[in-house]
Amino acid sequence: MRYSLWSLLGNAIGGHERWPRAWRSPEPKRFYDVVIVGGGGHGLATAYYLARNHGITDVAVLERGPIGLGNTGRNTTVVRSNYLCDDSAHLYEHALKLWENLSHELNFNTMFSQRGVVNLAFTRHELAEMERRAGAMRLNGIDCELLTVADLKRWIPILDTRDTARHPLLGGLVQRRGGNARHDAIAWGYARAANALGVDIIENCAVTGIRQHGGRVVGVDTSRGHIAAGRVGVAVAGHCSVVMGLAGVKLPIQSFPLQALVSEPVKPVLHTVVMAGHVHVYLSQSDKGELVIGAARDNYVSYAQRGSFHLIEEQLRALLGLFPVFSRLRMMRQWAGIVDCAPDASPIIGKTPVANLYVNCGWGTGGFKATPGSGWVFAHTIVNDEPHPLNRNFTLERFHTGRLVDEAAAAGVAH
Amino acid sequence: MSQHFRLPAGGVIARNEPLAFAFNGRRYQGFRGDTLASALLANGVHLVARSFKYHRPRGIVGSGSEEPNAMVRVGTGARVIPNAVATTVELYEGLRAESINCWPSVEFDLGALGNVLSALLPAGFYYKTFMWPNRAWMAYEYFIRRAAGLGRAPYAPDPDRYEKRFEHCDVLVIGGGPAGIAAAGAASESGARVILADENPAPGGQLLYSEERVEGLAAREWCENGIRELRARDEVRVLTRATATGYYDHNLVCLLERVTDHLGEPPARLPRQRLWKVRARQVIVATGAIERMIAFADNDTPGVMLAGAARRYLGQYAVRPGSRAVVFTNNDSGYDCAAALAASGVRVAAVVDPRPTGAAAARAAGRGIRVLDGCAVIAARGGTRVASVLAAPVSADGARIIGTTEELACDVVAVSGGWDPAVHLYSQSGGRLAFDGVQQCFVPGPAVQATSAAGAANGAFHTEECIAQARIAGLAAARHCVDPSAVGPVAPRRTPLAVTPLWEAPAHARRAKKFVDLQSDVTAADIALAAREGYVAVEHAKRYTTTGMNTDQGKTGNVVAYGILARVTGRTIPEVGTTTFRPPYTPVTIGALAGREIGGALDPLRRTPMSDWHVAAGAVFEPVGLWRRPLYYPRAGEDMSAAVERECLAVRQRVGILDASTLGKIDIQGPDAVVLLDRVYTNAWDDLAVGRCRYGLMLREDGMVFDDGVTSRLGERHYLMTTTSGGADGVLGWLEDWLQCEWRDLRAHLTPVTANWATVNVAGPRARDVLARLESTIDLSAAALPHMGVSAGSLMGVPARIARVSFTGELSFEVNVPARYGLALWEALTAAGAEFGITPLGTEALHVLRAEKGYIAIGHETDGTVTPLDLGMNWLVSGAKADFLGKRSLARSDTARAGRKQLVGLLTLDPQTQVPEGSPIVSAANAGRVGRPPVPVIGHVSSSYMSPALRHSIALALIEDGRNRLAEEVAVVCRGKPVRARITSPRFYDPKGERLHG
Amino acid sequence: MLLIPCPWCGARPDSEFASGGEAHIVRPPQPDAVSDEQWGRYLFFRENVKGVQRERWMHAQGCRRWFNVVRDTVTHEIKAAYAMGEPPPQAHR
Repeated sequence: MRYSLWSLLGNAIGGHERWPRAWRSPEPKRFYDVVIVGGGGHGLATAYYLARNHGITDVAVLERGPIGLGNTGRNTTVVRSNYLCDDSAHLYEHALKLWENLSHELNFNTMFSQRGVVNLAFTRHELAEMERRAGAMRLNGIDCELLTVADLKRWIPILDTRDTARHPLLGGLVQRRGGNARHDAIAWGYARAANALGVDIIENCAVTGIRQHGGRVVGVDTSRGHIAAGRVGVAVAGHCSVVMGLAGVKLPIQSFPLQALVSEPVKPVLHTVVMAGHVHVYLSQSDKGELVIGAARDNYVSYAQRGSFHLIEEQLRALLGLFPVFSRLRMMRQWAGIVDCAPDASPIIGKTPVANLYVNCGWGTGGFKATPGSGWVFAHTIVNDEPHPLNRNFTLERFHTGRLVDEAAAAGVAH
Repeated sequence: MSQHFRLPAGGVIARNEPLAFAFNGRRYQGFRGDTLASALLANGVHLVARSFKYHRPRGIVGSGSEEPNAMVRVGTGARVIPNAVATTVELYEGLRAESINCWPSVEFDLGALGNVLSALLPAGFYYKTFMWPNRAWMAYEYFIRRAAGLGRAPYAPDPDRYEKRFEHCDVLVIGGGPAGIAAAGAASESGARVILADENPAPGGQLLYSEERVEGLAAREWCENGIRELRARDEVRVLTRATATGYYDHNLVCLLERVTDHLGEPPARLPRQRLWKVRARQVIVATGAIERMIAFADNDTPGVMLAGAARRYLGQYAVRPGSRAVVFTNNDSGYDCAAALAASGVRVAAVVDPRPTGAAAARAAGRGIRVLDGCAVIAARGGTRVASVLAAPVSADGARIIGTTEELACDVVAVSGGWDPAVHLYSQSGGRLAFDGVQQCFVPGPAVQATSAAGAANGAFHTEECIAQARIAGLAAARHCVDPSAVGPVAPRRTPLAVTPLWEAPAHARRAKKFVDLQSDVTAADIALAAREGYVAVEHAKRYTTTGMNTDQGKTGNVVAYGILARVTGRTIPEVGTTTFRPPYTPVTIGALAGREIGGALDPLRRTPMSDWHVAAGAVFEPVGLWRRPLYYPRAGEDMSAAVERECLAVRQRVGILDASTLGKIDIQGPDAVVLLDRVYTNAWDDLAVGRCRYGLMLREDGMVFDDGVTSRLGERHYLMTTTSGGADGVLGWLEDWLQCEWRDLRAHLTPVTANWATVNVAGPRARDVLARLESTIDLSAAALPHMGVSAGSLMGVPARIARVSFTGELSFEVNVPARYGLALWEALTAAGAEFGITPLGTEALHVLRAEKGYIAIGHETDGTVTPLDLGMNWLVSGAKADFLGKRSLARSDTARAGRKQLVGLLTLDPQTQVPEGSPIVSAANAGRVGRPPVPVIGHVSSSYMSPALRHSIALALIEDGRNRLAEEVAVVCRGKPVRARITSPRFYDPKGERLHG
Repeated sequence: MLLIPCPWCGARPDSEFASGGEAHIVRPPQPDAVSDEQWGRYLFFRENVKGVQRERWMHAQGCRRWFNVVRDTVTHEIKAAYAMGEPPPQAHR
């Protein structure tokens, strides 16, 4: 059933009893052309674009629990493409363009709100880096504007712009096309749309083994039996080392806890996304009214989905440095995800030493915004057995050649 | 109207302390000991709020932090609390509170239009619409955002302060009810250090309003005795108004203590709230249980409340929640409420119980209370206050109405759907949960940390049993602190509180709204809709409907939602499972989490010994790491460029003085110190003589430059390494890492001495003349102290080291004296240099001078992706050394590739145009295309200044294959506009370096 | 917040420590003798065990000494701590 105001009206009359399932819950078949391991946003988007862009519909997405509850359902939903390196800029900008039409594409309101993403600078060094990033963005055709302190004060009146602050603000950079989206809607929207194209979404199906024959992947063992597959794509974020380990593939990835928190809901006070890498503040206000605040990540490997409490404290100290008026608001909920971090803080999307086995990982703290683009290029990579032009520099080989995509080093960009 | 519903006697309130307060502008009276909720109920006020989505009238449902409904704004001005829960707000004289989320008033709220349209607004409606026309979402969103949110955030800075405290103890007991008191008592008998924390103003929990006798004493007396005993023990601390909000790794529990929120005029000496971070060897969770609602039609009508809350209002606050009550219960605890209501003079119209007649019902009937067994309340009636309920016989599974409906007039409905142990903290600790089918609730299962649960939190709902169990837990916890191998407690036998599951009562009206989560306006139909659409996983259903996602985190409704989800999907509740219990248990003030380290105390500010002088001299500062360094020293009427020009020319023509104390300094001693240097720097160090210094580049293992600096050999086995100001900590950590972990055989010792020495750089053709004015044992002549020489001796009678190092290209002396003499040295030098026109210079002039010389600055010319070869510093990379950190990486295929970005100079064709640092560079051929992206970028400007010496703007840049493109014209794209420039050597001034050797 | 048992100072909160990741990494003794691929593995590929892992920690705001820790990355339970240069406890080799 197509979602629209009319279907909503029609169902309202019927007491909402005729809405169908958003996606089927099929038993797994014994063979699929392509098996995607991981039912987060990236895996579901990959399945969707396999069907939509390449006509490959004999696809299963295997998820060990319910879909969309890993990093997709835990992130702070910032979408932007304000990257310095060309490789990153092109990939994220492609994703951003897909975001702009995604609700229509999926017939599911992803609530993508282009409320702008503002980065703040506190040192002259950061200003120069911002100038560099803005320059690179413009020449890549990505919108951006440099902002003065006065611009910032006008735009975000509750920002503390006094030069007596411990870290006085010097300027900012805004990407107006950036913003927020609804995280759950991405998982559900892609799942529903992929399902409509014939993709099997199989929840509560944990992959326990990856079978190979003659250096080639032939299927996966799961908690629901063996599933043979022509090709296997792995998109499991924090668990990528574990799943790829089943195939004997070691990755340059470490999984770290990343925390976030929300305040109690209040009436609108902040209409844009604010990111301040220097003082580690990342926040926006959700449509429901909560301040959605990202904290720093811990630096130890963890699969526990819990982080160190002192990082929350440090985050909120820094937050009050920028927004003293939030002091009396209250933290309502805090949580953590497991983020898969590559040494250069850029993703790995490509082939592996095992034929017909592909990996999509290393998104670290910034994978949500890439979801549509990631699925797009990963589907392409799986179908063609070679990377899409957008991900040709995001392969595993770069860790041998030294051709890193070092966004973190190059711009001090906090993801 | 004044406290018409206050009982003439009883309660734990101070009747001799009447307090005036105002709610929605109307004045009322209550007593000390009241909460805002109990005081409102005493005055017959039930309508206190409007709901989040539908703006339905809402009353008071609970009596504590579980309250989903009664959200109000408390206080005024900067001290406002936007979303306070009336049941936890202690009354004080002059308290002012208002309803939130309603306009123009809570009685008449235009937002209630949402209720009319509610058929269009089922769970997840927003995922299905607002998509037309394409990209119009933001227009819809504008209105949605305004409609959402609860209260308004304060707009003024917070006048209160917050405090943090660390505490360690053997046993932390969370919850001061009967179980908590008993557990703390038992644990502290052996002398263990115990903390008992309770979220209420006074410990006691349900004993404060219970009529029962405990161990032969009146409940309140037992409780007071227990607390008195605890307080008398030296090693016991009893905290009240302290909510355990989060249970973290390794038994760290955070407590939020509300220190002054209950006082109208907080004394200035006290913080508003205090965050305790308690690290406990053992934690006993004795957090009690939370009663849950039953979903029936219009169960959100003001006047419908939880049975336990009604009992608490009667017993603790001596408030009748109404005049005529209906009790609706599926377990025996509801009968206690009926008895208490009846005893207080409230007419009990009936107890409605879906179960067949049992012993409790028979006892009630014996007392003359009417019991409708096998029946359920199927609807509440009334608008802003309940006026009656409809009750009807229901099938044994509670799903269908099987008889005639009866209307029972009432103004209060007390509901008990069963009790859920408050397992939130237990679950946060990592402890597993098990489902107790008899009591129909989740109870603690196996623990993961050193945690146990006792009392109602452990599913023991009868007081005697709860106390017995808690004593065992307390003793065991204390014993475990001494002997971790001690055998754990044996759980005593349970006398269960049997609950017949009834999550949702049937209704006549198909569209009846039966609320599950009152705060988020989620109904049973929403849960069913979620399940119908495939959101059957409990976490999906939660997110799709938003149940349990508001400030109460679903304390009274979550298990009801699980029950309904289980029923509509044909699963058991254990199969459905629970959502994650995320911290905090109750919301925590951001100010309390931030504590005192805010504002100016956000980060330490490092100051050099000369900082005050710079301030007095009117310097403009810039942050460098935690330091603040003078950027320039403007004179009257000067702007930055004029001041910088003057400072630069002074150095080139006469002499300048720079406070370089922030330079990182690491003292390295030991027989293998030189081996260490050889391994961490790219160049060779074994031939450096005593009394000489050398510049070095340090690479990460991936071959990228990460710091640079000059290291002096002060003695046979003694070196002093300098680092960049911002890199000092990183370099020290880097060296320690290698020395301690990889090169454990090296005998070299590191001491960070950055703050021990004040460093003054005197630079310029007259530098020697200035220094010579000071009494010194150090021979400053070029022969005795040549360029890159270092001498130690005394200067003005204090120990000093003077090195001939230069970052400006001029004759330059870097003078180090113990930090406490720094200011004296600085003042002596400025006085001695007065006749030569000595000029203090800031970091900006320093940068101009070093850029004129083509010297790199870490962070400008390097960004973590630049090798020494990229910088054209091959001469600094030893070919003779077998190895140094990062060497191997330089040979990787991409790192060794030709055509990488390389450091070059850049001169704009127009000498007066200065390009912004960071600007991208494109080939001259692409200059005309910069407005039509994408345009390939070949490099960027890494440093850019106006050179006073050359009277020309100069820039350093990293450009692809730059060294092979000398003299090529390129375009620097400045804020979108191309500026023509020519690639040059990066050495603009004195390329042969003759001035250095003066 | 973890409680890390520093072998020199005793148990302290993790906010005082720096984590160094995988322990017992051996730097190739002759870097020039290894291939780009082997060097890349040494540089960038780290253990990322779901379960018990041996890792390095440094008491940055205490004694500034590096040491090894055996930690469960799922429960965060710390099973052992031992000085740099010492072999792991028998059970965790």
